[in-house]
Amino acid sequence: MSNDLVLRVIGRLLIPFILLFALYVQFHGDFGPGGGFQAGVIIAAGLIFFALTHGVDTARKVVPDWLVETMLASGVLIYAGVGLAGLLFGGNYLDYFVLDHNPVHGQHRGIFWVEVGVATTVSGVMLKIYYMFASRSGSED
Amino acid sequence: MAIAVFTLILTRNLFSVIVLSGIYSFLMATILVALDAVDVAMTEASVGAGISTVLLLGALHLCKSEEAKHAHKPWLPLAVSLSTGALLVYGAFGLPTFGDPAAPIHQNVVPRYMQNETEVPNVVTAVLASFRGYDTLGETTVVFTAGAGLIALLRRRKKTEPEGMQRKDDA
Repeated sequence: MSNDLVLRVIGRLLIPFILLFALYVQFHGDFGPGGGFQAGVIIAAGLIFFALTHGVDTARKVVPDWLVETMLASGVLIYAGVGLAGLLFGGNYLDYFVLDHNPVHGQHRGIFWVEVGVATTVSGVMLKIYYMFASRSGSED
Repeated sequence: MAIAVFTLILTRNLFSVIVLSGIYSFLMATILVALDAVDVAMTEASVGAGISTVLLLGALHLCKSEEAKHAHKPWLPLAVSLSTGALLVYGAFGLPTFGDPAAPIHQNVVPRYMQNETEVPNVVTAVLASFRGYDTLGETTVVFTAGAGLIALLRRRKKTEPEGMQRKDDA
């Protein structure tokens, strides 16, 4: 399947839009439907599409394993770090009101970083699972 | 949707089963959109129909594509699942009608969520990330743990021969 020219060209055309849509879902999650989990899955889906059309080895060059594994852990750390930041600014754990002078802005900031953490972990896990499966099957299906 | 489910039960070719469950997920997503749960619909469409279909196809690549014949007749599991389903349907008759403002779920904590002191326009995001931040932190940790466990399981066996059957339910 990785040698199919039509799929490759269509994939190259579509993947930027998939990733852009993921970013939209991520950063517009406060106002419309969406959020970190959905955005993470869409990012992973875009990259898996790339891996399907161009082969897992090419995808591994674009998004190497160490990066995926770092994403896996750093997402949880970002989330927990937001909680600790709340403690540092004198509030409770995961208290966003203290993150800014204006409590509402603090909420927005807290939710933003929490969603970034969720998206990072989710896309990392999804990609890692796919890499694992694909490398076990031995071919680039 | 019912057609998809019954074909799903009767088909023995695992490839068509995977494709059918993808179709089922998309139909489920449209139902969730009709129920105004757009966030859940998005998750269902991307995870249920997208990622898990790809992962199941990857798992299918590792094993045989025909489901094995059952060694014995599955009457007991069938009876258990049918009676559980009947109980659930019976319980569903006791639920308040859809969208009823006097339903118990709208009486306790929801009014405070709806006042929304975070002033984030999407209430789902506000509840997930702010009111219930601890829950979501736990969920993120669960996802991380799943990934870490998968790495621990699969990396060690790189040199041995692939035994892909038992990995299917992780997708």
